[in-house]
Amino acid sequence: MSMLYSEQVMDHFTHPRNVGVIEDADGIGEIGNAKCGDIMKMYLKIENGIIVDVKFKTFGCGAAVATSSMATEMIKGKSVDDALALTNKAVIEALGGLPAVKIHCSVLAEEAVKCALADYYKKQGIDHPVIAEAEALLGADHDHEHEVTEE
Amino acid sequence: MERYVYADNAATTAVSKEVVDAMMPYLTDKWGNPSSLHAKGREASVALEDARARIAACLGADAKEIYFTSCGSESDNWALKGAALAGKQKGRTHIITSKIEHHAALHACAWLEKQGFTVTYLGVDTNGVVSIDELKAAISDKTALVSVMLANNEIGTIEPIAEIAKIAHEHGALMFTDAVQAIGNIPVNVKELGVDMLALSGHKIHTPKGIGALYIKKGVRIDNLVDGGGQERGKRGGTENLPYIVGLATAIERAYARLPEMERVRELRNYLIDNILAAIPHSTLNGPREGRLPGNVNIGFEYIEGESMLLLLDFEGIAASTGSACSSASLDPSHVLLAIGVPHERAHGSLRLSISTDTTKEDADYILEKLPPIVQRLRDMSPLYEEAMQAK
Repeated sequence: MSMLYSEQVMDHFTHPRNVGVIEDADGIGEIGNAKCGDIMKMYLKIENGIIVDVKFKTFGCGAAVATSSMATEMIKGKSVDDALALTNKAVIEALGGLPAVKIHCSVLAEEAVKCALADYYKKQGIDHPVIAEAEALLGADHDHEHEVTEE
Repeated sequence: MERYVYADNAATTAVSKEVVDAMMPYLTDKWGNPSSLHAKGREASVALEDARARIAACLGADAKEIYFTSCGSESDNWALKGAALAGKQKGRTHIITSKIEHHAALHACAWLEKQGFTVTYLGVDTNGVVSIDELKAAISDKTALVSVMLANNEIGTIEPIAEIAKIAHEHGALMFTDAVQAIGNIPVNVKELGVDMLALSGHKIHTPKGIGALYIKKGVRIDNLVDGGGQERGKRGGTENLPYIVGLATAIERAYARLPEMERVRELRNYLIDNILAAIPHSTLNGPREGRLPGNVNIGFEYIEGESMLLLLDFEGIAASTGSACSSASLDPSHVLLAIGVPHERAHGSLRLSISTDTTKEDADYILEKLPPIVQRLRDMSPLYEEAMQAK
């Protein structure tokens, strides 16, 4: 099986966009665990329903860093609803593909965004389905799918 | 790129020109089949037996005890499966091995379990040394074979094979050792080790990939893995890969002649270990300080993941390896690191540097210059590091 990364993945890995923290973030999401070897933490600054700033920190492989970076790029400046609609497939496509064993990294990136958005809604006192979704993801001790799934 | 430093010699080694030069006549003019009776065949046969004798001389074996295979994995599979199947005919259906063997041996054992054999996987201490107590507790007159590697590929631990072989023999079991990582790094002599079988591979000692050998002590009977036209005294079928066999003979003589140089490699290794540990906080040496292969460095860095480290090192022209799961297709980090008690989190952040006689002080200094900022860069990106620093 190929472990080769696309040019886009290598670009986002070596020059990750939006690395860091937002001190007064409106939403923070963290997913993954150290045992599995990947953790993503995402910070959102949201004004009038628009994601005006986003930062991330990731512990993980090249694909984990690249998918985090790409996901932040894809939601920055977008509405909260657009961010909620972000899928791991869209992240994979934007990165020009991922090796099969790295698909789970893109799933983590999608979930990190969802968890940060759930945190945002909670802080706003708004009941939103993504809150329950995020709780389910975090409650499952994050048994994310490592199995190879064909795209 | 300022420099290229190849520090992944445990994975494979640079092909030596001396070895290729020795092989060339057999890739061009001397292409005969050693089994043929005519002149072309006899020419090949002479070269084959000459190579066998030279390899045997290095190992302290008799030429008739050396059998050529395609690789180390084949040698491992043959020794394990062949000895198990032969043992079964004598009512011995138990195999003892360790938890830190190469996957070729571990997966061969898993296959044997499916065939109804019982396999004991011996634990190791924090240095990776196999537990003699567990061996003594597990071994019985049902044990067909004890299989423990001579030196570990990930953390470089050198196992007490002579002691283990003695215990195996006291119970009438055969003793096999996978010496793939040891050959060329430490002196290896089959008589001193007291083993019945020993596996080696060419590409770890500067031949091209595709050649291995199995030493089988005279009088030891194991079943065949590859049946064929009577080659290798009827024990391993398939027309002999003569160019590579000649290359292997040259490589092993070259490796043995260079063994005195390993003292310099050992010093360079210690220089790397000492300086990495001093320069990078939250780092620990995996495996023993002494009793480890002279070229092996394995260090765990907390809060970061190994594949990222490898990619960034590669950008700087440094080739290394990691025990992180993310560098392979498997779910878990290195079974060797887990067996010596390294937690999953730290196993993901392990770096293996395997240096050789080709490695210079300048190469080591280049690694020492490039590695610390790479670790720091990844830590600055890591939520685990952030949390750990906040906690302090």
